[in-house]
Amino acid sequence: MNSSEIPVLQADKVSKSFSGQRILNGVSVGLKRGEIKVLIGPSGGGKSTLLQCINCLVLPDEGSISLAGVEVDLHNKKSLYQLRQQVGMIFQDFNLFDHLNALDNITIALRKVKKISRTAAEKRARLELEQVGLGDKTDLYPAQLSGGQKQRVAIARALAMDPQVLLLDEPTSALDPELIGEVIAVIRNLAGKGMTMLMATHQISLISTLADEILFMEAGVIVERGAPSLLLVPGCGSKSAGFCDRLSELADGECKC
Amino acid sequence: MQVLTLSPFYHDLLDALNRGLLMSVALIVPSACGGVLIGILAGTVRAFGRPWMRSIVAAYAALFRGTPLVVQLFVLYYGLPNLGLYLSPYSAAVIGFMLCSGAYQSEYVRGALLSIKKGQYLGAQALGFSAWQTLQSIIVPQAIRRAIHGCGNEIIYLIKYSSLAYIVTCMELTGEGKTIATEYFRFTEVFAVIALYYLTLVSLAMLALKKIEKILFIPGFGRN
Ligand SMILES: Nc1ncnc2c1ncn2[C@@H]1O[C@H](COP(=O)(O)OP(=O)(O)O)[C@@H](O)[C@H]1O
Ligand SMILES: [Mg+2]
Repeated sequence: MNSSEIPVLQADKVSKSFSGQRILNGVSVGLKRGEIKVLIGPSGGGKSTLLQCINCLVLPDEGSISLAGVEVDLHNKKSLYQLRQQVGMIFQDFNLFDHLNALDNITIALRKVKKISRTAAEKRARLELEQVGLGDKTDLYPAQLSGGQKQRVAIARALAMDPQVLLLDEPTSALDPELIGEVIAVIRNLAGKGMTMLMATHQISLISTLADEILFMEAGVIVERGAPSLLLVPGCGSKSAGFCDRLSELADGECKC
Repeated sequence: MQVLTLSPFYHDLLDALNRGLLMSVALIVPSACGGVLIGILAGTVRAFGRPWMRSIVAAYAALFRGTPLVVQLFVLYYGLPNLGLYLSPYSAAVIGFMLCSGAYQSEYVRGALLSIKKGQYLGAQALGFSAWQTLQSIIVPQAIRRAIHGCGNEIIYLIKYSSLAYIVTCMELTGEGKTIATEYFRFTEVFAVIALYYLTLVSLAMLALKKIEKILFIPGFGRN
């Protein structure tokens, strides 16, 4: 089990500034195969920026990103494209391609990026859509899908690329409450299959049940990290416990309305 | 043996108008294609070009949208010879139409490109698309669908303003018709028939555009 000790993905001392303002300040995160880490913390704390720095949608100013122990050359476009193929990304607002149906949202990357034949790509895409319970929606366009269905297509699209790691940026935050469950079920299913994931989320059930480690991020720094069993003990005084308490109060408040 | 004999007036008129029609089509088709091509290039530079390129192309568009087409044609046909550059009436007209149409087309192309949301780029990049692949597979197909209506309208305008070619002595529909009208002094009939010719051309163009729009149609696209 020695190879499992090398992190699949390692971000080291990543810093990023936007117009002179430090948004990320030397953040390090490592993920071993099958590990699930959850990023929480106040809005504006830098969670999205960190996730986007990890697959270089935003280039870090300082620090390094390594895949399976090999550092990514941040100045080489080809190596960035390679990195992104191996690190899947799920966005809060889906970012499905509006001009392609569910099936082709998946096949386009397989064909253009992975150079897989159309028939093979379609076969794979159908399989992935079935996996997320959308086997009968292949021909529908994004505008014809609900938010939950769109997010499931986005997940199927990312998985079809066979990523080593999946980054999820608040995958349920843009969804109507009644649609959150179907996306959570898909994420749980992935966790069950041993997918390595780094997820920003405010979904208490995901934080407490899926996370191997909670990373509490504030003002561009991870100020607290640890297992939910340690950090989420009621009254333990951790920032994470306080944050989750406030989240569940908010959720309860919503239910009463 | 002639089954149908037309009066000399109608015989001359149809003869002239059919000749003019050929010339009009010969003006419109390359001008429309060239205009779309210039529009795509200029619009892309205006959307994504470096600032200095953007300002040059924006100045071109402002110049050709800001001056009457007649003036542009006069400058090309009567003005350029002063610089030692002689254009045939046909070339002057086609070049003028292309440049003018291209300026308008660039507006639609630029608008379409800029209307594509950042998320579409992010979605593609996150899957490992190169910049070129993103443009080719995601941005252009969407931009075409957003621009097609405006670009089609501009082509319909072009069909009608191609009638200005006769001003630089390029004898197309309007020019040929006007000659007959003056000869027979029958303006109303001549221009009524000319109107029908243009109406037919425009209707055909609209039909073709409808067909293209139908082929490109995607449920719910462009409504957000
Ligand atoms: N492209 C950008 N340009 C300027 N500021 C940005 C940009 N992206 C993020 N920021 C800023 O970085 C901070 C952190 O944002 P973000 O990473 O989205 O936080 P979170 O996801 O934790 O809410 C915010 O203050 C935001 O305004
Ligand atoms: Mg965020």
